[in-house]
Amino acid sequence: MIYEFLILRFGEISLKGKNKKKFIVKLETTIRKSLKKFPNLFVKRHYDDIEITLHGEDVDAVAQQLQSIFGIHSIRAAIKVENNLDDIKQGVLQIAQSEVYAQTFKISARRKNKNFEYPSNVLNQELGGHILKNMEALKVDVHHPDLNIRVEVGEHDTRLYGREYPGAGGLPVGTSGKVMLMLSGGIDSPVAGYLLQKRGADIEAIHFHSPPYTNDRAKQKVVDLAEKLQRFGGHIKLHIVPFTNAQVAIKDSMPDNYRMTIMRRMMLRIAEKLAKKNGALAIATGESLGQVASQTLESMHTINEVTNYPVLRPLVSMDKIDIMAIAQKIDTYDISIRPYEDCCTIFLPTAPKTKPKREHANKFEQYLPIDELINEALEGVQTIDLLTKSQESDDLDDLL
Amino acid sequence: MIYFDNSATTKPYPEALDTFLKVAQNYYANPSSIHRLGSQSEELLKRSRQQAANLLQVSDKDIIFTSGGSEGNNLAIKGIANYYKDRGKHIITTEIEHASSYLACKQLEKEGYEVTYLPVDNEGKISLDQLKQALRKDTILVSIIHVNNEVGTIQPISEVAALLQDKPTTLLHVDHVQGVGKVPLDLSQGNIDLCTISGHKFHGPKGTGLLFVRHGVTLSPLIAGGSQEQNRRAGTENLPGIAAMVKALRITLELKETHSRELKRHKEKLIQGLSSIEGITFHTPKNGSAPHIINISVKGLKAEVLVHALEEKEVYVSTKSACSSKDQQASRILLAMGVSDSDAKQAIRLSLSYQTTAEEVEQFLKIFKTQVEDLRQVMRS
Repeated sequence: MIYEFLILRFGEISLKGKNKKKFIVKLETTIRKSLKKFPNLFVKRHYDDIEITLHGEDVDAVAQQLQSIFGIHSIRAAIKVENNLDDIKQGVLQIAQSEVYAQTFKISARRKNKNFEYPSNVLNQELGGHILKNMEALKVDVHHPDLNIRVEVGEHDTRLYGREYPGAGGLPVGTSGKVMLMLSGGIDSPVAGYLLQKRGADIEAIHFHSPPYTNDRAKQKVVDLAEKLQRFGGHIKLHIVPFTNAQVAIKDSMPDNYRMTIMRRMMLRIAEKLAKKNGALAIATGESLGQVASQTLESMHTINEVTNYPVLRPLVSMDKIDIMAIAQKIDTYDISIRPYEDCCTIFLPTAPKTKPKREHANKFEQYLPIDELINEALEGVQTIDLLTKSQESDDLDDLL
Repeated sequence: MIYFDNSATTKPYPEALDTFLKVAQNYYANPSSIHRLGSQSEELLKRSRQQAANLLQVSDKDIIFTSGGSEGNNLAIKGIANYYKDRGKHIITTEIEHASSYLACKQLEKEGYEVTYLPVDNEGKISLDQLKQALRKDTILVSIIHVNNEVGTIQPISEVAALLQDKPTTLLHVDHVQGVGKVPLDLSQGNIDLCTISGHKFHGPKGTGLLFVRHGVTLSPLIAGGSQEQNRRAGTENLPGIAAMVKALRITLELKETHSRELKRHKEKLIQGLSSIEGITFHTPKNGSAPHIINISVKGLKAEVLVHALEEKEVYVSTKSACSSKDQQASRILLAMGVSDSDAKQAIRLSLSYQTTAEEVEQFLKIFKTQVEDLRQVMRS
């Protein structure tokens, strides 16, 4: 492999003015963590980009790993040559020869160093000509080339870019603050978490667990999902809230058709308390408008009443099929479809109200010991730290 | 003691046995049971599958745990033949397959399938041209042994895979039982559809193995019953065996990194030493063979007699494949390579492992020379 290093360019971060440095430092940390399995790499941060020297590591494997990191706009494989025409010519030819799939190419030269004797248009012609002369099968296509060889003449040396990989886009995880994600175990909520991570949010997750009506496997499912999200960065903690008593109390004392609405209101109240306690400024859900009874506009209106924290719903206008496609892409789908009941499906009334009203919910809730139930649930919260958890699972790994 | 019969089976790693015992003691619950103990077993099973997938660079969904090489080969060949029989009933394999593939094909012939057995040259290699000619529209499966178990010849699997690349209705199964950890096989490219692996050939426990089935390929199960292994292989999972095999696989692949060169040197040393003995014919080709197998004939000495003479000095080697070594026939593999019947009956196989040491190699050569000389003396007088 001819490539010596990768240059990572940022998308929106470049627009962030004074915060830019903070963003890039955060991104650098994430990158270093995720590249641990490639011991030979050398990561260096510049003002405008991050440079990773490969030292023999496989360029495709490293790039693939980087493609899941938010905040990277593009990943370009490159080599460095001296600032003289012959070396540059030889370099671009090497790149063209190594990219065997390419049938068309173009040269995009930039002369940052104005002391270099050839201006960029001359460079384009010279280099393009050199490739055409040596590789008969290749043709020039300036609009949609298979291979765009970028040439950047700098102060001390010239960078030649060949292979290019699209980055994940978005913002580096952790640069937008913390969000408390309600993670049920279904298909939608991990996708919601992923999309928020993509916009730079740090995620903590809440799961409501109602033993013995929901079992350990249902809980394990959520742990596995959180682990998948952990791959995208940040430091995920998962709060398991014991919810049996609240659910039983609602089932026993609330009218059938309002049970679901009131259960959701309880969940949201608890989520707000946990958000406050852990420094999250918003709550997130995987709700999509009209998908089920609890996700009609009337339901959202009535359920949302109990908190004045922002409730972020990244999937609100997405179709199920598009959500499923993302779930497949981020590898959470197969976990989500494991068939264990979660707390949202137990004690479900046969006909939940699709148009609940705030005043009715409030009236019914007068007969529910709300604070008592919330406090009891909060006291029993079990918090799983996904980062340390991966160390605990070494027990099993030792066996293997 | 010198154990040079590693292609028959290997001595389990102590670490693998340790895992076996611990899992048998602590994770005895059925992974399908819904209680907590069951879900702990299920978690370990999941983790084992994931680890095996990582080591083989494939997806965990593509792995079926089996009882070993024979089951893997049978499941692959019969499972594909049965599932895709409406697509075609022609199968291509070679004359030098392991008995579990060869006889599975023979059974299918009786059921109305057509099987082409590709011949091999005197090095035991198939010809790609002949494969190309044998391919038909109704060929549903090509099944080839990667490293032959008797002589160690390596087949050109990547060329075969390339040949099949534009034939989406012809699947490729590779019997990789002898190759694991010794001769690399890249499953990550997606051009191999099925691949059989056996645990006890790389220091795992007997009764363990796995079949890789590429995503998108379906097969009919051989064993009906519960929904284990995604409905492809019923029966309560052999969790201690599975975990121990995965551990052995990890250790073997790690050893490959550090001990490959040494193993190659041992083989070269053996060949060098054996060459100095009069009347030795090498059936293992010089180039294109696995680093752990040497197959030779010693002129004038029946293989069986030599094996027993060596065993008296606590040196263990074998005559042809362990699975068919008890019948008196000459090796089907050697005959297919054009070796004469009398030479083939004098063939013995030495098979090494990453645990083989330089001292053992030296010691072996010394004992071997003496035993051969002694036996020849007796025969002459």
